[in-house]
Amino acid sequence: MHLPGGPTRNTKKNPAELNLTEPAPVRWFLTAIALAFLALFLFVPLAAVFVQALEKGTEAYLAAIAEPDAFAAVRLTLIAAAVSVPLNLVFGVAASWAIAKFDFPGKSLLITLIDIPFSVSPVISGLIFVLLFGLQGWFGEWLSANSIKIVFAVPGIILATVFVTFPFVARELIPLMQSQGRDEEEAALVLGAGGLKSFLRVTLPNIKWGVLYGVILCNARAMGEFGAVSVVSGHIRGATNTIPLHVEILYNEYNFTAAFAVASLLALLALVTLAVKSLAEWKVRQQISAE
Amino acid sequence: MSIQIQNITKRFNGFQALSNVDITVPSGELVALLGPSGSGKTTLLRIIAGLDFADQGSILFNGEEATHRSAKERQVGFVFQHYALFRHMNVFDNVAFGLQVKPRRARPSKAEIRDKVHELLQLVQLEQLARRYPAQLSGGQRQRVALARALAVEPQVLLLDEPFGALDAKVRQELRRWLRKLHDEIHVTSVFVTHDQEEALEVADRIVVMNEGRVEQTGTPEEVYDKPANPFVFNFLGNVNLFHGRVHEGAARIADIGIDLPRQGEADGTAVVAYVRPYDIEINRTRQGADEIEASVLHIQGAGSVARFKLERLDTREIIEAELTRERYRELGLRTGEKVFVKPRNVRVFTADYQI
Amino acid sequence: MFNSAGKRNVLPGFGLTMGYTLLYVSLIVIIPLSAVFFKTASLSWEGFVEAVGSARVLASYRLTFGIALFAALLNSVFGLLSAWVLVRYRLPGKRIVDALVDLPFALPTAVAGITLATLYAPSGWLGRFLTPFGIKVAYTPLGILVAMTFIGLPFVVRTVQPVLEELETELEEAASCLGASRLQTFTRVIFPVLLPPLLTGFALAFARAVGEYGSIIFIAGNMPMVSEITPLLIITKLEQFDYAGATAIASVMLAASFLILFVVNILQWWSRRYSEK
Repeated sequence: MHLPGGPTRNTKKNPAELNLTEPAPVRWFLTAIALAFLALFLFVPLAAVFVQALEKGTEAYLAAIAEPDAFAAVRLTLIAAAVSVPLNLVFGVAASWAIAKFDFPGKSLLITLIDIPFSVSPVISGLIFVLLFGLQGWFGEWLSANSIKIVFAVPGIILATVFVTFPFVARELIPLMQSQGRDEEEAALVLGAGGLKSFLRVTLPNIKWGVLYGVILCNARAMGEFGAVSVVSGHIRGATNTIPLHVEILYNEYNFTAAFAVASLLALLALVTLAVKSLAEWKVRQQISAE
Repeated sequence: MSIQIQNITKRFNGFQALSNVDITVPSGELVALLGPSGSGKTTLLRIIAGLDFADQGSILFNGEEATHRSAKERQVGFVFQHYALFRHMNVFDNVAFGLQVKPRRARPSKAEIRDKVHELLQLVQLEQLARRYPAQLSGGQRQRVALARALAVEPQVLLLDEPFGALDAKVRQELRRWLRKLHDEIHVTSVFVTHDQEEALEVADRIVVMNEGRVEQTGTPEEVYDKPANPFVFNFLGNVNLFHGRVHEGAARIADIGIDLPRQGEADGTAVVAYVRPYDIEINRTRQGADEIEASVLHIQGAGSVARFKLERLDTREIIEAELTRERYRELGLRTGEKVFVKPRNVRVFTADYQI
Repeated sequence: MFNSAGKRNVLPGFGLTMGYTLLYVSLIVIIPLSAVFFKTASLSWEGFVEAVGSARVLASYRLTFGIALFAALLNSVFGLLSAWVLVRYRLPGKRIVDALVDLPFALPTAVAGITLATLYAPSGWLGRFLTPFGIKVAYTPLGILVAMTFIGLPFVVRTVQPVLEELETELEEAASCLGASRLQTFTRVIFPVLLPPLLTGFALAFARAVGEYGSIIFIAGNMPMVSEITPLLIITKLEQFDYAGATAIASVMLAASFLILFVVNILQWWSRRYSEK
């Protein structure tokens, strides 16, 4: 009396699958094509990064990474991520609170606005800051008069990074918080918890995996952004180069091993991102299905 | 078309879903597979449809071997519990689907399909909704579309999985009667699965009571209700009181009452259980004879077509449920706490080895 | 104006979070983006037409949009197939393959760019098998196709996959009982349900490919009129300090992406039309 009375299709060689799946040769054929496609476009490039990086041995690899310009690039990348991720995290939580827990006119317009940086070419994402803060830009004269540099300097890189990573946390949290409704917060309020307390004790535990998911994707993009940063950076070696820009310079100088060595750091970051993302996704799914 | 189910056995991951099930469904009958969840009734229905396959045993349609035919080849109509309507097709296209996918040489012309679908929609009283999509229909309407869709291919057998399970009580009542009427009109051999005894008793020509993968009893609604073959059937079809006792000098003794045993030769001291329906409990204020049990009134629910009593035996403290007609209830004028004498009628005794 | 709508809600923090959200969206998204249109508006009509309509720019549109369309088509076919295999069939290491599908989202575009360029160079791991047949991938439009397919790969898989997972098996069983063959069940019952997410994934992959820069420039060859994509042209103009020209082209691309965004929203609305009560 404890087991399925409903649809059950779990025995291995169930002939019933004849009704629900394709003949074995068709299955094999489709699987082979799909896997070949995925291998060609995903696995081979991923493996190639590491193989190329280690082609000249670990010593050359380590030397490329420990080189001062590379080091400066890592530093700048970390700074850009350290500024943009918290900014967009706070924004993401605030925006999803307002959007998911309240009703107001123009909500779907606001959601579309938040999504915009995803659908804008990275080159344009960089361009807009050049238009604002570049020499010919709106604030260009004023900035140069006060000798403040934004474009072709660190602030520009940070601004461009904030822009391209803008939606990540919000777009992950909005659907999650919408699916959770506001019953729990209302219950906390009735039980006498204040707004902040109810947020910390009730809301936050419910969205923590969603937050992690958003943050990890936001961070990956912040550290890996190329196009937007490339436009505003000015490519000043050791000063305004992030890791991806440094990779480009090395590559264009035909210093392939060094380029791939530095690139392998980013590839490792991507792998960690994918692993954490899978975990967070799994947790979020569990949480949603448990409700 | 008749269906013979012979010695069907099915396991899922070590769970015995069906063991040695034998059932014959005569042509043109409406049969209910009745049982609690997990009793294997849905699995059996799916095996008849060819959606699942048994580990052992065979399925015969009209005496012809059909065990290894796929669902597509069996030409059965199957109505799913949640209807499984194609939501991107309107009602008309859902019903027409089975005709439109026939191989070109067997496929009716467009005009024929249209006539056939409208005929079916008329039958299920949904003609004016042909252009609607499933999402725009009520539960009862979806159920009828699913039925029309299954009937469109003129199946030899109609199988329905919990046909009224997902509907609210009032619609369920209505559809039940309607299904019975429909069956009387078209007379296609039909099997439906249900866990609702009332539904089975009201609609079916014949009921197969199932439990833990086995058939407990097969018979007409009257047979299974009035002559339950074993305690499970007794329990499952309606409320029942249990009285524990022992065999004494060839008869069962429950308190001071002696009852004939169903079979002779039971040893003295064998445990027995007597089953009595609540409406077969007679209540008196005074002792009428020796074969009565003393009890006190715990609770009375007087509203409704019958008055329901909860009594407590004075000897064992066990609870007895009783149902009295309104007249009898008024005549007695009992209140909680009063002492009464209880006399069971139509007692059925099962010895312990009958237990499951 | 928002207070009146939020009044019936007892939860706190609406004013604060909403205010902050609007301020931040304005500062980071709306004001910077509006710069594109103000800058473009500073051009005369003739100047604008010349900037966005010269032969070199038109060639870059044809190349960018044409190959992006082709890449999105490739991704639709193989993405649908991959989603199908990942959801329906048992295969070892499925979870790893599934996680790896998001690699193009997670891998920085510059890394993807240099890797693809190296792989498909005439002497590269993959290029060396193609060279004997006279097929050149790196530094040709074919290379752009490879890069655009790579970065658009996850979109179709990730839009189709959840819909396929939630598709009740009863629908297929019902079709089977009604006498449909497996192929008929797919084309008439399964595919119509998958079509809206497939189109959405197609549009998203297309939009991404049109705007992509980092993974393409390394493999493209960047020959004007032949293999120069529009985003690169914007950068080239910027480097020549032709801000107005760069911005004019950017405004065309922005309009294109808003159009795609609009189409995606319509598609999503359309895909919900049957499920609404």
